[in-house]
Amino acid sequence: MENSNLSEPPLLSVEDLHVSYDTPTGLVRAVSGVSFELGREKLGIVGESGSGKSQTGRAILGLIAPGGQVRARRLEFEGTDLLTADLRTMRRIRGGGISMIMQDPKYSLNPVMTVGSQIQEAFRVHSKASRKEARARTLDMLRAVKIREPERVYKSYPHEVSGGMGQRIMIAMMMIPEPDIIIADEPTSALDVTVQLQVLAVLEDMIRTRGMGLIFISHDLNLIASFCDRILVMYGGKVVEQIRAVDLAQAKHPYTRGLLNCLPSLDGGQDELPVLKRDPAWLASPGTTP
Amino acid sequence: MIDIRDLNVVFGHGKHVFHAVRDVSLSVNRGQSFGLVGESGSGKTTVLRALAGLLDRVARVSGEMTVAQETLLRHRSQAFRRRVQMVFQDPFGSLHPRHTVDTILAEPARVHRLDRINERVVNALEEVGLDASFRFRYPHQISGGQRQRVSIARALITGPDIILLDEPTSALDVSVQAEVLNLLMRLKREHGLTYILVSHNLAVIAHMCETLSVMQNGEVVETMNVQQLRDHTPAKPYTKQLLTASLGYDRTAIDAFEEFA
Repeated sequence: MENSNLSEPPLLSVEDLHVSYDTPTGLVRAVSGVSFELGREKLGIVGESGSGKSQTGRAILGLIAPGGQVRARRLEFEGTDLLTADLRTMRRIRGGGISMIMQDPKYSLNPVMTVGSQIQEAFRVHSKASRKEARARTLDMLRAVKIREPERVYKSYPHEVSGGMGQRIMIAMMMIPEPDIIIADEPTSALDVTVQLQVLAVLEDMIRTRGMGLIFISHDLNLIASFCDRILVMYGGKVVEQIRAVDLAQAKHPYTRGLLNCLPSLDGGQDELPVLKRDPAWLASPGTTP
Repeated sequence: MIDIRDLNVVFGHGKHVFHAVRDVSLSVNRGQSFGLVGESGSGKTTVLRALAGLLDRVARVSGEMTVAQETLLRHRSQAFRRRVQMVFQDPFGSLHPRHTVDTILAEPARVHRLDRINERVVNALEEVGLDASFRFRYPHQISGGQRQRVSIARALITGPDIILLDEPTSALDVSVQAEVLNLLMRLKREHGLTYILVSHNLAVIAHMCETLSVMQNGEVVETMNVQQLRDHTPAKPYTKQLLTASLGYDRTAIDAFEEFA
């Protein structure tokens, strides 16, 4: 699969990534043998629950729960090996180099801190800016994510804002240290459709103007196909297909085809929906490698 | 079959009054699937719960509701409770975690003093495509899709003719959603059921229903035939925007979005 810009080295290289958990009932392989590269582009990872899409995102940032093991032939961010990096390096990279937007702002914002002070904190951790400067930058950032009354929102607490606004605040917080990569794990799944699209538009603008790379993790194939440049389809911890978003209609893997076909359609009839038949061979075959 | 006239639902008192449903009227014919669609907070689920009689203790409900010529009173009749059943959104929250599937399914049959409970439980499981081995399992031992099948089986036990479906597939993966939607379609055909389906997903409504009402801020914005939805010709700007948004990420369309208050 070609990258959007061949002359530039990729921001992130993942080669043969494995995540496994030792449980009382045996070894659970959440991710097995995932490889991809990320440039300054919007890469979508799509899959159903348990496909390993979130675990892939978390493994990059070293956010796998205790008890989980991460192995990879290569896991490299701008020349730094993320597997052997010490805690200090990782602290610098988290937020400053790669940051993550989680699904639900209700759970990922600190409920007892004002919106302004937590965004400011994200900025000050990664720079030596003064309090006054940080405040100004925070207000700029709130404006950039299209929040209409930044002064009021700055002083409010997370429970006082709507879901859509909460997610814009999350985006502002993740963008303010100016990372090169954003990993967004179902960032808009808790929102209404129109708000969802408006939040994505904000995200798209920031990524384009700052030339960042985005890993967009979602279960929503239609949304990913219309928003991202390139798609990885995951099933059972493996990437079963890599495809450019515009070519999705020509997807070859039976799983991708099955996912596309089983969606009820706005324009379609009320005939029986084709049901996805899972083939054990999908898990046995090695994932397509780039 | 179902007639709702000027339904109003008000939660809270004094300063904290919230008018969740305003003057909603709708009618559903026998054997029809009627869709209620809207964004969060539009009042669609509240309409369903008001009809089922689940709100009388927590809110002020006014308006006239008739189901099969029976005018609904504050205390619903035994006959109503038997003929109208409900399936909830979250199959994790709506099944008792410490009851087996068998206990869950037998309970409504016992409440309604039905005979041959054993047989009914086995039949209901079979109807929803689960074999007898599921009977003595607990909800946490089965998958989300299987749990939703158990919820549907529980609704079928009393032999209802109306099923109220509150976002029955929104907690499920799309491949499982397809199976559950197919199951609901088949049961409707075989039993001549009447559905009211609440969903935020226009595609699910378009697939399942013949008629639908679009709700916003507690009011019905418009009621239309499914063909209008398929042809992308809703009358109201709010519905048009909702439809556009459901089609995926389209930057020019998004920049033209309006606020509807």
